[in-house]
Amino acid sequence: MLSAKPWGPALLSLLILAVFLGAWHAATLPEKGAQVVDDEYAKLVGKSAATGQKSAMPGPADVAKKIWSHVNDPFYVRGTNDKGIGIQLAYSIGRVLVGFALAALVAIPLGFLIGMSPTVYRALDPFIQVLKPVSPLAWMPLALFTIKDSGLSAIFVIFICSVWPMLVNTAFGVMSVRKEWLNVARTLEVRPLRKAFRVVLPAAAPTIMTGMRISVGIAWLVIVAAEMLVGGTGIGYFVWNEWNNLSISNILSAILAIGLVGMLLDALLARLARAVTFPE
Amino acid sequence: MSVFDDPFDPATPLTGTCSCGDHASQGEHDAAFHAAEEDALAGRVVEQAVMRAVFPDDRTRRVFLRTVGAGTALAAISQFFPLGLAKEAFAADGKPEKTGLKVGFIPITCATPIIMAHPMGFYTKHGLDVEVVKTAGWAVVRDKALNKEYDAAHMLSPMPLAITVGAGANPIPYTMPAVENINGQAITLAMKHKDRRDPQSWKGFKFAVPFDYSMHNYLLRYYVAEHGIDPDKDIQIRVVPPPEMVANLRADNIDGFLAPDPVNQRAVYDGVGFIHILSKDIWENHPCCAFAASKEFVTTMPNTYRALLKAIIDATAYARKPENRKEIAAAIAPPNYLNQPVTVVEQVLTGTFADGLGNVRRVPNRIDFDPFPWHSFAVWIMTQMKRWGQIKGDIDYAKVAREVYLATDTARLMQEVGLTPPAGTSKSFVVMGKPFDPAKPRDYVNSFAIKRA
Repeated sequence: MLSAKPWGPALLSLLILAVFLGAWHAATLPEKGAQVVDDEYAKLVGKSAATGQKSAMPGPADVAKKIWSHVNDPFYVRGTNDKGIGIQLAYSIGRVLVGFALAALVAIPLGFLIGMSPTVYRALDPFIQVLKPVSPLAWMPLALFTIKDSGLSAIFVIFICSVWPMLVNTAFGVMSVRKEWLNVARTLEVRPLRKAFRVVLPAAAPTIMTGMRISVGIAWLVIVAAEMLVGGTGIGYFVWNEWNNLSISNILSAILAIGLVGMLLDALLARLARAVTFPE
Repeated sequence: MSVFDDPFDPATPLTGTCSCGDHASQGEHDAAFHAAEEDALAGRVVEQAVMRAVFPDDRTRRVFLRTVGAGTALAAISQFFPLGLAKEAFAADGKPEKTGLKVGFIPITCATPIIMAHPMGFYTKHGLDVEVVKTAGWAVVRDKALNKEYDAAHMLSPMPLAITVGAGANPIPYTMPAVENINGQAITLAMKHKDRRDPQSWKGFKFAVPFDYSMHNYLLRYYVAEHGIDPDKDIQIRVVPPPEMVANLRADNIDGFLAPDPVNQRAVYDGVGFIHILSKDIWENHPCCAFAASKEFVTTMPNTYRALLKAIIDATAYARKPENRKEIAAAIAPPNYLNQPVTVVEQVLTGTFADGLGNVRRVPNRIDFDPFPWHSFAVWIMTQMKRWGQIKGDIDYAKVAREVYLATDTARLMQEVGLTPPAGTSKSFVVMGKPFDPAKPRDYVNSFAIKRA
């Protein structure tokens, strides 16, 4: 069996990649069309337009070349609106971390409260249910209007999108702490604060971490869209700027970078989650 | 009337309500220009401004001057308004209150003066350290400008009017001291409509314009309405940011757009569309984009405002000359600014371009640059806002035009950088064969068969 061997899955991954790249390459081979316009006109338009076609999708080789150029020089600054992909990623990661940290500061204590008190839970539930499904980008115009700062608005959007999974998961984690443990605590006459930190928190920690992991994933998804909207800096702005230039190779480079960073963020949170999990 | 005519002469019309605009002969204007010293000219502008403030109605001023005589009037006005001081303040080029500024722009060739002033050093020449910030869309430019993240911004010429009258935003006093470009837009259609050049066959088309409050929207509506197509019922007009237009045209989401360049030329460059008509053939020398700043910026930082406006006008003067256009194209095409192939920008600016149908066309004034914010431009724009129901109720066309389009400042600074400002602040013009009289905006709105008002 293929999966029994340790190199099996890796080989299969490589095979899938090779098939994908091969198909992509074959699909984007330049069509050999004859020039249908005079030379003066041909000089003024792109190669494809001169042969009477629309400009084509770049092939894997073009994209690889572009990625290589970004890897070689990720931190250049050639003016306010032209910075290297590394700098743009750093801006985006910074925004995500700030928004995410603020959300954690609000969501975890609030979630704790909701989980501990059925009254608070029932009182806040309608608000949570209505606000949770709102697309974070729908908050953007409101944020720009009220906060009056585009950088803070982007952070606010990250905050609002990462707050819900953490809130709901924390509340759920706190609510589902085993009754026996709470009873033991009561028998030992543990004070409420001590009970919260020594019994409930450790028990709920894995669920809370799962919420944080979902949140950071959503935050990373949303930051790209938010930055495309407000512009200025960040990987979302980079994608928008290259869309403006219809540079598909650059957009594909950015997509790859976004994917890699998202994966790293997720891996980081997964490791933290493992650290607080305990065997039962 | 020349900008530098004596406002204390009862025969001089000040508010330029005469329909012809070119009323004063060029000779008379030039004579005034050469004869007087610069200081005196600046002084005149101040006197005019004061007289305008004291007598908003031109007729009253003339009657007053005839009755009491110019000398008495001057003395009387000086009593309660320190004319001498005002002249000094206006003529002195004081140190800018703030040198580090942020100016927002949208990556289109309309913004040429604002953008080129950065790489070509026009801002530094006037003692400013300006950061030009690329922005994703008009709504964001508006919000960032209103939030004071930008000190001044590239806007569509209807936007300061819309902001001021509170259409699509809270009313906030906004000013437009300079137009950036005239002409320079086009209607581009998808390649598959190559044979449907008659607008009457466009029923059911989906068009994109950059913003609701844009010349593009008004020109497209005007153009199709003149061909008997109701822009609200027979076709669909949606707002799409310029950078996304070519992608949408390519994906068949829209049939065409009336867009700023380089979007039109880029569609041709990529073989996606063809240029149906240049906007200059709808209205020759129409305004498009503008340089705008809040009234607060203008009043609290007059020196900075003056230096900034001077830099823009200086850049505009440079961009006007056809021989400079290639150099400008190379300066503004890189990723930091427009992020377009140089040849696309060059075709737009030089007017020697591929039309998408296999022809090379030569239209040197495809885009041109002229900073003068004619009050009649503002009035026309407001008639269209009224016509399409963007403005409800009645407005004082002339008053809003005067307050938002700062023609007097522009005229003075044009003079300082060696341009000849026009005589008067209002002129009549012709849009698709139909003359427009800025003195009769209400009649103009009522004269259209297709309208929402």
